[in-house]
Amino acid sequence: MILTVENVSLAFGGVRALQDVSFDVKEHEIRAIIGPNGAGKSSMLNVLNGVYHPQKGKIRFGAKEFTDMDSHEAAALGIARTFQNIALFKGMTVLDNIMTGRNLKMRCNFLQQAVWFGPAKREEMAHRRAAEEIIDFLEIQHVRKTPVGRLPYGLQKRVELGRALAAEPKLLLLDEPMAGMNLEEKQDMCRFVLDVNDQFGTTIVLIEHDMGVVMDISDRVVVLDYGRKIADGVPEEIKNNKAVIDAYLGVAH
Amino acid sequence: MAVGTLDTFPKLLMHHAHARGARPAIREKDLGIWQTWTWKRFADEVRALAGGLHADGLRRGSHVALVSDNRPRLYAAMCAIQCLGGVPVPLYQDAVAEEMVFPIQNAEITLAFAEDQEQVDKLLEILPRCPTLARIYYDNPRGLRRYKQTQLRSYDDLLAAGSKLDQSVVDREIDKGGGNDVAGMFFTSGTTAAPKGVVHTHASLLGPARTAAEMEKLGEKDVILAYLPPAWIGQNIFSCAQAFVTGYCICCPEAPETVMTDMREIGPTYYFAPPRVLETLLTQVSIRMDDASSVKRWLYRKFMGVASRVGGALLDGKPVSIVDRFFYFLGDILVYGPLRNVLGMSRVRVGYTAGEAIGPDLFRFYRSIGINLKQLYGSTETAVFVCIQPDGEVRADTVGPAVKGVELRFSPERELLIRSGGLFREYYKNPEATRQAKDAEGWFHTGDAGFFDAGGHVKIIDRVKDVGQLADGTLFAPKYLENKLKFFPYIKEAVCFGHARDRACAFINIDPEAIGNWAEKRNMPYSGYTDLASRDEVYDLVRECVERVNADLAGEPEIANSQIHRFLILHKELEADDGELTRTRKVRRGYIGEKYEPLLKALYSADSMVHVSAQVRYEDGRTGTFSADLKIRDARTFAPAAAKHAA
Repeated sequence: MILTVENVSLAFGGVRALQDVSFDVKEHEIRAIIGPNGAGKSSMLNVLNGVYHPQKGKIRFGAKEFTDMDSHEAAALGIARTFQNIALFKGMTVLDNIMTGRNLKMRCNFLQQAVWFGPAKREEMAHRRAAEEIIDFLEIQHVRKTPVGRLPYGLQKRVELGRALAAEPKLLLLDEPMAGMNLEEKQDMCRFVLDVNDQFGTTIVLIEHDMGVVMDISDRVVVLDYGRKIADGVPEEIKNNKAVIDAYLGVAH
Repeated sequence: MAVGTLDTFPKLLMHHAHARGARPAIREKDLGIWQTWTWKRFADEVRALAGGLHADGLRRGSHVALVSDNRPRLYAAMCAIQCLGGVPVPLYQDAVAEEMVFPIQNAEITLAFAEDQEQVDKLLEILPRCPTLARIYYDNPRGLRRYKQTQLRSYDDLLAAGSKLDQSVVDREIDKGGGNDVAGMFFTSGTTAAPKGVVHTHASLLGPARTAAEMEKLGEKDVILAYLPPAWIGQNIFSCAQAFVTGYCICCPEAPETVMTDMREIGPTYYFAPPRVLETLLTQVSIRMDDASSVKRWLYRKFMGVASRVGGALLDGKPVSIVDRFFYFLGDILVYGPLRNVLGMSRVRVGYTAGEAIGPDLFRFYRSIGINLKQLYGSTETAVFVCIQPDGEVRADTVGPAVKGVELRFSPERELLIRSGGLFREYYKNPEATRQAKDAEGWFHTGDAGFFDAGGHVKIIDRVKDVGQLADGTLFAPKYLENKLKFFPYIKEAVCFGHARDRACAFINIDPEAIGNWAEKRNMPYSGYTDLASRDEVYDLVRECVERVNADLAGEPEIANSQIHRFLILHKELEADDGELTRTRKVRRGYIGEKYEPLLKALYSADSMVHVSAQVRYEDGRTGTFSADLKIRDARTFAPAAAKHAA
């Protein structure tokens, strides 16, 4: 188990976003979190990378155990994420955006950076190479020097994935990576997610609404509804789970 | 090794490895940096690879498919295959799996090189139907880690295995090769029939490549960007044969989408682009110019005027007044130089375009800003170089005189026949087609119709099967006329008639966007295409275009009589959905003639009006009836002798 979530509860005043949720993520798997709107999926992801602090429950990542953590700690531990609404630096180029993903890996101090020659230059070259490998991996060479704001939506999503990958994370959290994409873009994105998982061995937790995508690429699925976990299992089980079908289609009261 | 014995690709490669071992042979942008292989490195790679292939059972005469974009490793693999006397068969990398079945079965391909997972997947998909295919080598291992098929082997593995082996067998095999061995096989596209494998020998590829390189004085300092599909013979000639002959450097783009950027970074000195690529580039320039500041726009307009007046003449070395020279010099600093730089053509010494008719304005644009763009004529069967326009004799509407060593003549049906050392040996396993294309005396029948113009240049006008005759026996080439008309921005499509009739007439489709803009600028309200098409002003505009074509034609004695006497503007746009155009947007002349027979009759009568009532199919599938009166207009024609004055 790379990640274990135990009895996590999160409330905003009277709104109980997560109630007593427990699940685990195995090393190297693709784990999907699904559920109807307002089920608490994004809240869960925000708990995992330390944006929200749950009132109750424990999270164990690798050998460390937390009741809560801050997002910079999460990043340092090797948890990277993408956002539902793209959160890139719009005025910066694709390359620069990806380089920011390597921020935590840069070791040179302010003075060395200012002088630049020597260690800082060597370091920058190493980081640039890593960024270029990601650019090559995601096939975005043609927009390397284009400001992100000028790119179409599907490509921006890819760049965001690139920035998360630049941190060389152990755990990658993807918040609706295929939202708003057309079929072809979705297929591309699926391929990239699978390739990341396969080639870098990165463990992936993703939120997604497209059931076809979820069932195709994830190893196991957690289903949330109104802040509670209602199902957990491999895609086949989830597809035929009564509670899940009810949650999505509604039941007569 | 004496130069005289350098009759094969591998021998040339080994020669370059000795003669210019440290010079760049091939470059590729990888991880954002241009990586260079020297000729020495290239030769080492090829030999190691050939060693591996030999151990894997590649023998003289066996065919190897290659499915890859332009990559150094693709070219290394091709040459390694040739080292052992094998025959590389490059296939179009964007073909679907289904289209690869025929070539692989036909050529009994045993080994294949695939660039990446996408290509491997295609080959694996058709594997059950291609039992001869025993091995697939892949270059990029991404996504292939879990593939268990025993046929798969990585390029790296092959290379590593080969470099450990004793390569003297490779050297012996290279020495065994000769100029008359088969060097490659290229499949024609086969849009109308099953594709044909065009078999070329080392001699037939290297011969024309050498002649053309000598004519253009290409040398080891030249650089080319390899960006067109490797399965096309031209790419092979430009980025293999000619590079091997002269020792110049081939550059492979980082990705298909980065060609523009790569072109600017590399600054090729030798360049080929089909007309549609040139047109796209010009459109991009125009769009960016429209967004520029008013000062820049003014400068651009002003100096492009100077360029179109004297730029071409300067390039041709014709006399130009000192004042114009000064303005051109100024324009070069302010406009043309930066423009060439943006296009990545600052260093282009020799540029070719071919493949289809190029619009004279498009062609002149590039020449006027100082890019030595020229036309050539050739085909897969002729190893490209048949005609090339020599410097100083460049024209927009010819393809130039025959290259040294090429014999040309026209059959009575005006079909262009070619005899040269660059002719293909045969269509693979298709003696019937070979006999049809290449007669007993060795003349290749191109299927293209044309004639020699006054300067001895070849002018291609149409496919032979489409060329007809007017009643008086004058040559009638509808596509030639239609192309001339379509080069005007106001005319979108044209359909010319005249076969077995006393004169030529035309249906015209106006370009709704261009004419719409034109109408807006003149504050002319209109409701739609049909409305625009019936306006007298529009008819006048189109008549001017037709008359300019006529004036042009008057200058060409062979076809001067096929000037367009009457025309009408069709009430609807020609559509592929209505069967009037093919899916590739070529007009289906015969069908249109039948469908609009009353209109055609009226064109050849004395009427100035014709009533049309037709069924139209709307985009949503509904049908309706349309009825209107179409005007027919006469266009002025010119006596052949008066040509010079009129033009």
